[in-house]
Amino acid sequence: MIWLDTLVQGLLLGGLYALFAAGLSLVFGIMRLVNLAHGDLIVLGAYLILGIGTATGLNPFLAALLALPVMFALGMALQAGLLNRVLGEDILPPLLVTFGLSVVIQNGLLTAFSADSRKLPLGPVEAASVPLGPVTIGTMPLLTFGSAILVILALNWLFYRTALGRAFRATSDDPVTAQLMGIRPQRIFAVATGIALVVATIAALYLGARANFDPSIGPARLLYAFEAVIIGGLGSLWGTLAGGLVIGVAQAFGAALNPEWQILAGHIAFVLVLLLRPRGLFPRALD
Amino acid sequence: MAILSLQGVSKSFGALKVTDEVSFALEKGEALGIIGPNGAGKSTLFNLITGNLRPDAGQVLLDGRDVTGESPMQRCASGLGRSFQIPQPFGHLSVYENLLVAARFGGRLSAAEAPAHCMGILDRTGLASLADRPAGALPLLNRKRLELARAMATRPRVILLDEIAGGLTDGECVELVATIRSIHAEGTAILWIEHVLHALTSVVTRLMVLNFGRMLMIGAPDQVMAAPEVREIYLGIEA
Repeated sequence: MIWLDTLVQGLLLGGLYALFAAGLSLVFGIMRLVNLAHGDLIVLGAYLILGIGTATGLNPFLAALLALPVMFALGMALQAGLLNRVLGEDILPPLLVTFGLSVVIQNGLLTAFSADSRKLPLGPVEAASVPLGPVTIGTMPLLTFGSAILVILALNWLFYRTALGRAFRATSDDPVTAQLMGIRPQRIFAVATGIALVVATIAALYLGARANFDPSIGPARLLYAFEAVIIGGLGSLWGTLAGGLVIGVAQAFGAALNPEWQILAGHIAFVLVLLLRPRGLFPRALD
Repeated sequence: MAILSLQGVSKSFGALKVTDEVSFALEKGEALGIIGPNGAGKSTLFNLITGNLRPDAGQVLLDGRDVTGESPMQRCASGLGRSFQIPQPFGHLSVYENLLVAARFGGRLSAAEAPAHCMGILDRTGLASLADRPAGALPLLNRKRLELARAMATRPRVILLDEIAGGLTDGECVELVATIRSIHAEGTAILWIEHVLHALTSVVTRLMVLNFGRMLMIGAPDQVMAAPEVREIYLGIEA
């Protein structure tokens, strides 16, 4: 029964990783941009929620709701003002710029909030749990997991059922031809990054609720996110969810064997998937 | 008044002049053909018209308005549609979605108007039964049809066709020409680059010859084809 419990805990943790990864996957899928600052933007989102909560006295869930439009606007401005300038044939400039952005965000947060670790105060819900058959599940991990599924469902709906989503996919296929169809790629990219930061803010809420955070933890979140995207197969949102779950389950089993093995087990699972399925679990059919 | 006109348009790639002071006017609803040997600068001319390339000198006017400084996306919104010589479908979208993108953005139709508009075009271009297929999986003829259909979906007043009949069988070519004639009959102006002359001359009323980036001559198709300098270019290449 302990194994079943470990599996369930792993899946729930995987939901959090899928939330980390969804925004990264979205941006990569649309504009082939690897945003090395994605982890730091999640941490920035957590501080924003904390800041709004402290200033207004609202609980973190409501504070996160207020943070969503702020982060959307930040994403649009970031893309329009900075990232659109470096997108092109060469993949190196965007990597350098987002790496620089990562350093700037970390140091900015360090100056503004110090290196002390913080946590989003959720109150009683933190310790609440629901019995589910033979296992007991924490309410917050369950909410995290449910949110991850909802986010992936919503992004899929956006991608495959709306005019904006068709423009995303058309631009991803061929930005030059998309312009001849009346699409302005720069604007499409800005909206995409805005949406990616909305998802990052949802991830930030659960990150800050689950454990302590400080300005330096962004790059490690980026690493989990990146592994989830690669495991799932580039360009597949459901694949990204599956990738998050694979890492979560691997980490949970690693930790069950020996607490020191938690992180390592996730990375080993990543390497194993790459060895067996180099294009990920759900590669796109046409490429 | 002319729907599209070029005034002294020039473009060089390094020392090579690919477009050399080209000037002409396409009247509203007119069909004009462009011929010339490979490397004459025909596709470059289209890129200058759509805004994918900026000319070194000269102006491009759409409906009398100077659009030389405008982006391809703005020119599309002003009524300029284009099909590519090598079909460029959005491969991960279905055939129908390719048209929807064009209709919603370039054609500025609402979510309520676009589906009927697109279904009508699918019927006219013979793609209706393939609507849900991924565009990337289509064979050549259907890719060419999709190029035409997608350009039509942007509701253009001028449509640029780049060797759309090339590589097709005679039967396929006849079908495609029928569709192009019907677009022309609705009042859409057509500018058409083509090597398949019989297809071209069955639609266009004027023919323009490009050679080394220069406009050699423009006029009625039979006169142009009878001109000694044109015969020389074609015989020189094909003999």
